Amino acid sequence: MAIELPENVVVSKLDELASWCRKNSLWPMPFATACCGIELMATGASRHDLARFGAEVFRFSPRQCDLMIVAGRVVMKMLPVLQRIWQQMHEPKWCISMGACASTGGVFDTYCVVQGIDRFIPVDMYVPGCPPRPEQLIQAIIDLQDKIQREGTLTGAEFELSQRQQPKRALLELPILGQTPQYR
Amino acid sequence: MPIREAVSEVLRARIEGLEFSEFRGRTRVVVPAGRLLDALRLLRDECGFDFLADITCVDYLNYRGARDRFGLVYQLASLASNERLVLRVPLNEPDLVVPSATGLWEAANWLEREVWDMFGIRFEGHPDPRRILLPEEFTAHPLRKDYPLQGRGERHNFPVLRRRDA
Repeated sequence: MAIELPENVVVSKLDELASWCRKNSLWPMPFATACCGIELMATGASRHDLARFGAEVFRFSPRQCDLMIVAGRVVMKMLPVLQRIWQQMHEPKWCISMGACASTGGVFDTYCVVQGIDRFIPVDMYVPGCPPRPEQLIQAIIDLQDKIQREGTLTGAEFELSQRQQPKRALLELPILGQTPQYR
Repeated sequence: MPIREAVSEVLRARIEGLEFSEFRGRTRVVVPAGRLLDALRLLRDECGFDFLADITCVDYLNYRGARDRFGLVYQLASLASNERLVLRVPLNEPDLVVPSATGLWEAANWLEREVWDMFGIRFEGHPDPRRILLPEEFTAHPLRKDYPLQGRGERHNFPVLRRRDA
């Protein structure tokens, strides 16, 4: 069975088409709490020009965004806000943890600073650095685009993978206020 | 610069139990907690110290040569004569209560809330004695020296969001 296609027709899979659309129009939610936010602004500005990768439309409403960039340390008083904003964003959505503080707490190993946002919300990409250079953030966005193209599906089935649902080992060993830590 | 002789004379004559000292040109006065409000009112109304610059606190736990656990510090200034004065109130557990200065300076409101939040010193008569920096459900006073720097698990006490939750 042979079907003659004209030259200007391309055949693809629907999943790949959806992923291609999604990856080239990431709308970032700038959750910038510290100096990483300055680099985030520099990334969006003309010199580094995030628009080249289709991710320049920073929106301050989580309902219009699908990429959360957490730039800076998150204190425990801010964490419920972060979680609420994450929940308000529409699926499919991704998260970049930008800088040492958002990824691990950085130098702020104190009672009030969250030691890595991945303990409380899902994270797709980690950007090291204190703060990272704009090139690093751009690289993270390119890598995220690759990941979306590679794994993405129209229905978002990649978010349901059982391995992603496993809580991290470090999380199981964290002491909770008023309880003794349980090592499993 | 040190405060004028006249001011220290008035203080000495009207409030008993004061200790005066001077360090790098700054006068410090140690006031017992019971006479704090009298001293503040006297300084504001009769000595021209019309500006409350700061209220803060020091925890002297395990500090070399310290006699008291806490030192509550009031920084006063006179906008007219450009003098500054440090008032220090020694406090010990379990008696961590001082009268609130909100009746004298409105500025004391948030400063006292911060000292309560961080050190657990109660200000009697404060109109709104809530925590100011930390969440309401926080149980400790973290700037005390016996509080561990990494906390007692408060920062882990949150729900964990996964992909399927959102």
